[in-house]
Amino acid sequence: MSLSVWESEHQAETQHKEYHEEHVSYSLYILIWAALMALTAATAVIAGINLAALTLVVALLIALTKASLVVNYFMHVRFEDRIFKIFFAIAGFTIFVIFVLTFSDVYFRR
Amino acid sequence: MNQKSGDRTLSEIAETNPGAVSGEHESEHVHHKDVVGAKMGMWLFLLTELLLFTGLFLVYAVYRYYYTKDFQLAGYDTHILFGTVNTMILITSSLTMVLSIAAIQRGKKWLCVTFLSSTIGLALAFLVVKYVEWSTEIHAGIYPGSPTLLNKPDGVVLFYGLYYMMTGLHALHVIAGMSILVVMLIFVLRDKITQEDHTKLENAGLYWHLVDIIWIFLFPLFYLIN
Repeated sequence: MSLSVWESEHQAETQHKEYHEEHVSYSLYILIWAALMALTAATAVIAGINLAALTLVVALLIALTKASLVVNYFMHVRFEDRIFKIFFAIAGFTIFVIFVLTFSDVYFRR
Repeated sequence: MNQKSGDRTLSEIAETNPGAVSGEHESEHVHHKDVVGAKMGMWLFLLTELLLFTGLFLVYAVYRYYYTKDFQLAGYDTHILFGTVNTMILITSSLTMVLSIAAIQRGKKWLCVTFLSSTIGLALAFLVVKYVEWSTEIHAGIYPGSPTLLNKPDGVVLFYGLYYMMTGLHALHVIAGMSILVVMLIFVLRDKITQEDHTKLENAGLYWHLVDIIWIFLFPLFYLIN
């Protein structure tokens, strides 16, 4: 077998591997969509029930769950290299710090 | 690019890129890095978008803390039906977006075109609902600086200021995302986006999902208060 034939076969193989590694089945996407729709319905129904102070907490927890489903599956972060997760963690931590620092000021001002 | 070298002779490859012949891993790595690099750039941009909205969410949080009663009063008047329908439209558009990428990855161009067109259609539907919603409120005299609104307590004025600002900025992102998706649709139709090279479509998809995520947080904060 000549070198060039070997090379093109090798290329086909790596391409095949590369493009098929990222594949997530259609049905998994549809499942995630169903979960997102169910959570949307749930959060709208829960809003009608008076949970007093818990209302906001519950609504935000549902929103966070939905966002993490979108980020992990639709945006593929779950299947990406570790560096993408580090990006995300740093951004999330920065936002958390901004909120904590702001509220540590706001809370003690009033 | 790896796939372009397929129709060149080995000596040509050796001349332009010695690593491709001596060690296949290097050329493979170059190809791999390209795709990852493009995605990384997109993610960094998306995180700056996230911080842009974080600023507004922060303002919302502080004013909601100061004017809890007024925010509840004002939130009672937003239309939960419009909000819920729009949430479902955006979530479904996110599904058709990932399905269009899944289709092109499997080499199904027309399936990709169908899903991508559906995504654009749903984006348009979102904007139509938004238009109807805003029109209803503006007809009721609720818009920034309106006499009706200025007669209400400070917290209500702030709530609607933030409501128009944040959903308005989000709507601009929907328009931007939709325009990008139209360009992507043209690329797919002209075979500029193919099974072998669909990074552009994936990055456009990432942008679209970010728009969805921001709405996921806007929805409970403006529509689910009572």
